Amino acid sequence: MKKLINSPESVVSDALAGMQALHPELLRVVRVDADNQIIVRADAPVRGKVGLISGGGSGHEPMHGGFVGYGMLDAACPGAVFTSPVPDQMLAATKAVDGGAGVLHIVKNYTGDVLNFEMAAELAEAEGIQVASIVTNDDVAVQDSLYTAGRRGVGVTVLLEKIVGGLAEGGASLAHVADLARKVNDHGRSMGMALTSCTVPAAGKPTFELPDDEMEIGIGIHGEPGRRRVKLAHASEVTEMLATPIIEDLGLKAGERVLAFVNGMGGTPLIELYVVASELAKILKSRDVTIARSLVGSYITSLEMAGCSITLLRLDDELTRYWDAPVHTPALRWGM
Amino acid sequence: MPITPEDTVRWIRRIAVVLHENREYLTQLDSPIGDGDHGINMDRGFKAVIDKLPTVANMDIGSILKTVGTTLVSTVGGASGPLYGTAFLRASMATSGKHELYEADVVHMLEAALEGVKARGKAQPGEKTMVDALTPALAAMKEAEQQNAGLARLLRRGSDAAEAGMKATIPLLATKGRASYLGERSVGHQDPGATSSWLMLKALADTCA
Repeated sequence: MKKLINSPESVVSDALAGMQALHPELLRVVRVDADNQIIVRADAPVRGKVGLISGGGSGHEPMHGGFVGYGMLDAACPGAVFTSPVPDQMLAATKAVDGGAGVLHIVKNYTGDVLNFEMAAELAEAEGIQVASIVTNDDVAVQDSLYTAGRRGVGVTVLLEKIVGGLAEGGASLAHVADLARKVNDHGRSMGMALTSCTVPAAGKPTFELPDDEMEIGIGIHGEPGRRRVKLAHASEVTEMLATPIIEDLGLKAGERVLAFVNGMGGTPLIELYVVASELAKILKSRDVTIARSLVGSYITSLEMAGCSITLLRLDDELTRYWDAPVHTPALRWGM
Repeated sequence: MPITPEDTVRWIRRIAVVLHENREYLTQLDSPIGDGDHGINMDRGFKAVIDKLPTVANMDIGSILKTVGTTLVSTVGGASGPLYGTAFLRASMATSGKHELYEADVVHMLEAALEGVKARGKAQPGEKTMVDALTPALAAMKEAEQQNAGLARLLRRGSDAAEAGMKATIPLLATKGRASYLGERSVGHQDPGATSSWLMLKALADTCA
């Protein structure tokens, strides 16, 4: 497998050095210990503002480091590729962004992320910092039951970081920020698919095998296999397979408005994402659901995996207002 | 002969060697039902532990195990970091200040570690996790203690029971962790966490043989 890296061991720290070099006005990369670093907003801590931190394995870029900046995250904790960061990073990030109003931990529902953030929250509270947590779990491919670790956190995480960031920037309380985070999570659902596997640099070979004429429906973002494997189909059929479970799970009704997020998994070009977007627009139109806002591109990825995910977020005036609020991060910028 | 701090250090070093040797194997087990990094993460964690060991080599067993636990929490990440970290931290609390571990102390240590894993991971036996190796190991050790089997035999029976528990995870349906996303497709695969748990208990039995 060919990769544009210096070595598998240095890929995360080399990429962080790149972010530091090119975005010094937005963020700073801070070393926690010999192995671990965090990405902190340049002007953190912002006095009186709730700090927003997130984190997870690397390999999902631009999430989360690319979302650090005005109107979105105050810090991000990158782990090794596809491996949750450690509590030391989350504790350091929590301390670095606490402007006196408390800190919200935005956690994707994966066992490792949840356990490490839990330990970090316990440590931060022991140091007198007020911490609230939101665990995103929007992936309809996973049955939410006693028999699974619960639905995974995927595309909604990106939208949540933006929307809640918009509220936090105005000086809202930790309780208010956490309430809005829960609302975004409750109003959004996602599902993804893969045309290819991906290769973790340290492993050197694809995480799973996928024959040329097959695809995985219901994948997560770590190269873990999906719920089922089916024969390759047209984009129209694939979009239907992803959109229908989302629409049904959300209970979207005629006359409602949504934010439609068509996300690339890392190895799929924008032209194909717009093919999917076109099919999605037809499906929503046939149900009389309006696409009031949209995001198309690769924002929550799985290394070089080819494939896409669809996220639909039911919009109301409050969510629309904070989605539209100014943001300035390496990966998202508007209004300023 | 009780377990001494020197034995404890030899045990930890042996774990590091064994996990390094089984890095590919654990990663292979993790690929079909997890995300293919268990061997890589555990190897990285115990390499960091080995670097820290000289600072605690002359201390009590609890202090040595505490360093193992905090280092794993700080370096492994994923689910294994908090779970194994918690296991060693609870084991360190159970052996705090001790320079000798007898049969009852070992049972007490493993019991504390297992309780820690179950609490942190909200896991019970039968969910295709490391709990499925540790639970039968504890039961076998308790039985050996009651029979006054001696420390070496107690450790061996614990290790053998962990191995049997590990193999018994193959037909299980995963309901915790990333493997649970696969539903029925998780059946037929041996759990990587149960496997690394067995390797650690086997390393202890081999160290004190």
